[in-house]
Amino acid sequence: MKWGVVVFPGSNDDRDTAYALGTILGDDVVMLWHGDADTKGVDAVVLPGGFSYGDYLRCGAMARFSPVMRAVAEHARSGGPVLGICNGFQILCEAGLLPGALVRNRSLRFQCEQTRLRVETAASAFSAGCRAGQILTIPIKNGEGCFVVGEAELERLEREGRVVFRYADGAPNGSLRDIAGVANDAGNVVGLMPHPEHAVDELLGCTDGRVIMESVHVWLSNTARGDTAASAAALAASRSQA
Amino acid sequence: MSAAPKLRSVDLSLAHEHGLTTEEYQVILDHLGRTPTFEELGVFSVMWSEHCSYKSSRVHLGRLPQTGPAVLQGPGENAGAVDIGGGMAAIFKIESHNHPSYIEPYQGATTGVGGILRDIFTMGARPVANLNSLRFGNADHEKTPFLLKGVVAGVGGYGNSVGVATVGGEVCFDPGYKGNILVNAFTLGVVRADRIFRAAAKGDGNPVLYVGSKTGRDGIHGASLLASSEFKDESEQMKPTVQVGDPFTENLLIEACLEVLAGDDVVAIQDMGAAGLTSSSVEMASRGEVGIVLDLDRIPLREASLTPYEMLLSESQERMVLVVKKGREQVVEEIFTRWGLDCVVVGSITGSGRFVATYRGETVVSIPVAALTDAAPKYERPIQAPTTRPAPLDLSGLAEPGDLTAALVALLASPSLCSRSWVYQQYDCYVGANTVVGPGGDAAVVRVRETGGALAMTVDCNSRYVALDPYLGTQHAVLEAARNVWVTGARPLAISDCLNFGSPEKPEVMWQFSRAIDGMRDACLALDIAVISGNVSFYNDTQGVSIPPTPTVALVGLVEDAARTAKVALPGAGAAIYLLGEGRPELEGSEYLIQRFGVTGDHPPKVDMAAERRAGELCCGLIADGVVSCAHDVADGGLAVAMAEMCLAGAVGMRVAVPVDGRADAALFGESGARILVAAAAAAAQQVEQRAAAEGVPCRRLGESGGTRLVIAAAASGDVLIDGSIEELQSGWRSTLAAIAEGRYVAPRPTR
Amino acid sequence: MNFQVRVFVTPKPSILDPQGKAVANSLHSLGYDEVVEARLGKLIELRLGGADREAVSARVDEMCRRLLANQIIEDYRFEIEEARS
Repeated sequence: MKWGVVVFPGSNDDRDTAYALGTILGDDVVMLWHGDADTKGVDAVVLPGGFSYGDYLRCGAMARFSPVMRAVAEHARSGGPVLGICNGFQILCEAGLLPGALVRNRSLRFQCEQTRLRVETAASAFSAGCRAGQILTIPIKNGEGCFVVGEAELERLEREGRVVFRYADGAPNGSLRDIAGVANDAGNVVGLMPHPEHAVDELLGCTDGRVIMESVHVWLSNTARGDTAASAAALAASRSQA
Repeated sequence: MSAAPKLRSVDLSLAHEHGLTTEEYQVILDHLGRTPTFEELGVFSVMWSEHCSYKSSRVHLGRLPQTGPAVLQGPGENAGAVDIGGGMAAIFKIESHNHPSYIEPYQGATTGVGGILRDIFTMGARPVANLNSLRFGNADHEKTPFLLKGVVAGVGGYGNSVGVATVGGEVCFDPGYKGNILVNAFTLGVVRADRIFRAAAKGDGNPVLYVGSKTGRDGIHGASLLASSEFKDESEQMKPTVQVGDPFTENLLIEACLEVLAGDDVVAIQDMGAAGLTSSSVEMASRGEVGIVLDLDRIPLREASLTPYEMLLSESQERMVLVVKKGREQVVEEIFTRWGLDCVVVGSITGSGRFVATYRGETVVSIPVAALTDAAPKYERPIQAPTTRPAPLDLSGLAEPGDLTAALVALLASPSLCSRSWVYQQYDCYVGANTVVGPGGDAAVVRVRETGGALAMTVDCNSRYVALDPYLGTQHAVLEAARNVWVTGARPLAISDCLNFGSPEKPEVMWQFSRAIDGMRDACLALDIAVISGNVSFYNDTQGVSIPPTPTVALVGLVEDAARTAKVALPGAGAAIYLLGEGRPELEGSEYLIQRFGVTGDHPPKVDMAAERRAGELCCGLIADGVVSCAHDVADGGLAVAMAEMCLAGAVGMRVAVPVDGRADAALFGESGARILVAAAAAAAQQVEQRAAAEGVPCRRLGESGGTRLVIAAAASGDVLIDGSIEELQSGWRSTLAAIAEGRYVAPRPTR
Repeated sequence: MNFQVRVFVTPKPSILDPQGKAVANSLHSLGYDEVVEARLGKLIELRLGGADREAVSARVDEMCRRLLANQIIEDYRFEIEEARS
């Protein structure tokens, strides 16, 4: 399993993400430079946290125009897993690969704290290894993590079971319906504000983030078995519940 | 043609405007044998400013121990370095950014953080952790919310964006800082010991490169003059001189510089900090004993109309000067260009020993480098102990509280002791993926992956103690910092100091300074540690009133095995609680006395350095050997507050009995050095007692953890002194800081 | 020809604007009770060349839609002036 971690100017969780995937999970990792024209044949892509281009105009607004994003979009269109963490989530929204947008926290402050997340569905590339209802402790650290989306789109997200993670104790940042992470309609593109890569190392206190990244193994082995049907069935099942 | 530079003819009165004295101006005339040019006057004024030349402090700083077996680099470089084993080194330094932060708190704090980061990565080290020490006026002062919010947002805004974890620090409120806040920023980096970079320019003909942001008018005379003269009301009008930080560019600079320094092309590198291009070029030339020539026409400018004077003195942020090996310019340029940064050859190294700058074909500056550095003035300022001393306190006039639980709750809710989470939750403490112990504890602990060990770090100073007795107070600062590091399981390695004082032209201030240096020296010698870097910030005066003397101590310690550390939080029920060290708690100087009665007494607690070291080393050893994993030093607020903090952090109660000799409030809230609380699992309890006996450290079993209440009884009588639920204890503790930030805080009236 | 363009980007009325709310609250606490609402946006000044106003307008509109504003959360409008120099 080979991951690609995108490095934008101003990314700063890129090396931590590579450490989590490579050293902790034991997968292969390559860094993808923002100027690269392709994704170097990786199985899954992570857009890491940080402040791409200083987040100067709007979080993620400039990064989405990087050459590598064309390749990432192509990878996503062909069903490849893409995870956007924090700034990566913001970029995916700006790029139109995920719905909605992330705006200033209700508190007007940057917030760095542990949060408890509830997994709402196992039907996504980054929750396939979890149980719906499972609680994960994972930190947030952001200034603009308040998820907003139009009402019709929100209802659609809920109906289709595409809200993947919710803050279990109420959104610390004011997110609509306590949403912490969402998926695209195929389930292969997921964005979330909390940082699973900072919850993988026992020495540092918490390992709940591993299962989010390991979920891709489950998801990919399903698709590799030609078992897109399995993922699709799970997807459909969860959606009929919603 | 652009507007002609506003040239003024140089004379004594212009020299005075530049902050130079009549005598200093005469020395300049003697050095040059002629009248300086306008640009040269500017260069002398910044290089001879207090901030750059340390002219009032140099004669004293030499008394500090600066070498030792672990020291790889002492003061004199961009930062100091210590050996942390496994072929690795830690590079660290603390620096002040006080005046700019008072004038414009957000930008003042960001540029403070940015500057100290550059001092670390120019040594070749990747910055891995930030700390800060912030001091504001009283919590209910009208300016405090604005300054607190701005500074905290600025510290976070820069550190978070640049991607370096802010893992700890201290926040203090005291009326003594209401017109002159303190913002002291610390950064620690890690590098292979054989790859430490130093900033000595060498090699006749080697090119000088300018890297980073373009030069603008910001900060001309900013850090140098602003930090070298007394603070007046007009300083508020100096807003245009405050620099603006750009953490995005800094993020790129870090990556590009570390990539460049990994090769063999760079001879020397230095940040353009205070006094910008001038001081960075001159200091590099001075260390290498060479000359340097700059072609100012090549400096990248934000506005074309900048004069050569402004180019030489601009303090625009995120800029560096590099000396590279001749012929290797392109290799270096290629790397910076790939990171999207300006990189231009602006001069070269010469054998002339002179600092030369040319502009449009004319030489505007030509000064011997030594005249700017070695020959800078050095003053033995007059020293005078204060003639009045605070009166001794008659404790019998201070009634013991009837409800000691309520007294504890009030103390925990005070601005000095309440939870700092409102502050540190605005800082990213996770980035880097090495934070073993984050903010909110005694010291932060950051893992070093290359060695399997970790580094503990803390910043401390109880300025009330220092004000009462600069010698003992500064010893307390060093010892408290050491204790904070010991209780995480680390052995103290070295310190960096940030000496914040009033005007050195006041003999009483120089007395405080000199006594503080002596106290720091003696405490360091007792602990076998050195002072490897730091900074002096004088002229912290407003309208003639000096701040309380504040020698902030940043101490770094080494944990051999990152898996063996300790935290403040009680691990759960059933752990035995021990007090290591005896100490004689005193009310004088205590937080309790000032909070409850509004008085301080006339002296800080006594110091017993040998007892301090024995207790600390025992605790550190117990942690390193895996005997205990929960420890907390007893400091401000005394034993009861320390116990409450352990309960609150662990969400577990504790039932203990404490010795009471005389007043119960003194036993509970009195302060002293050399006291540490540890919690040991039942199976390890005997080991704690045996080792304490073997090492000659008083060790008393006070009780055990469990339940949801903190219950403290008097040991002899069994009377319950304090009985409070965790919920009760944390009610005010949790909310006070937000209330201060939002301007809602109302200070309780002292009882008499 | 050279033009000076001022692009105003503001949060959509439907989107909560916590910064605007904080500003309104501060103004109220200073006694400006007449303030009903404050909304915080961005002003982006552009200097650019173009054949004429219409051409510039079309280009700037495209810039707004592609980069300068996020239409999920923001509205934009702009003013075009001929630059003097």
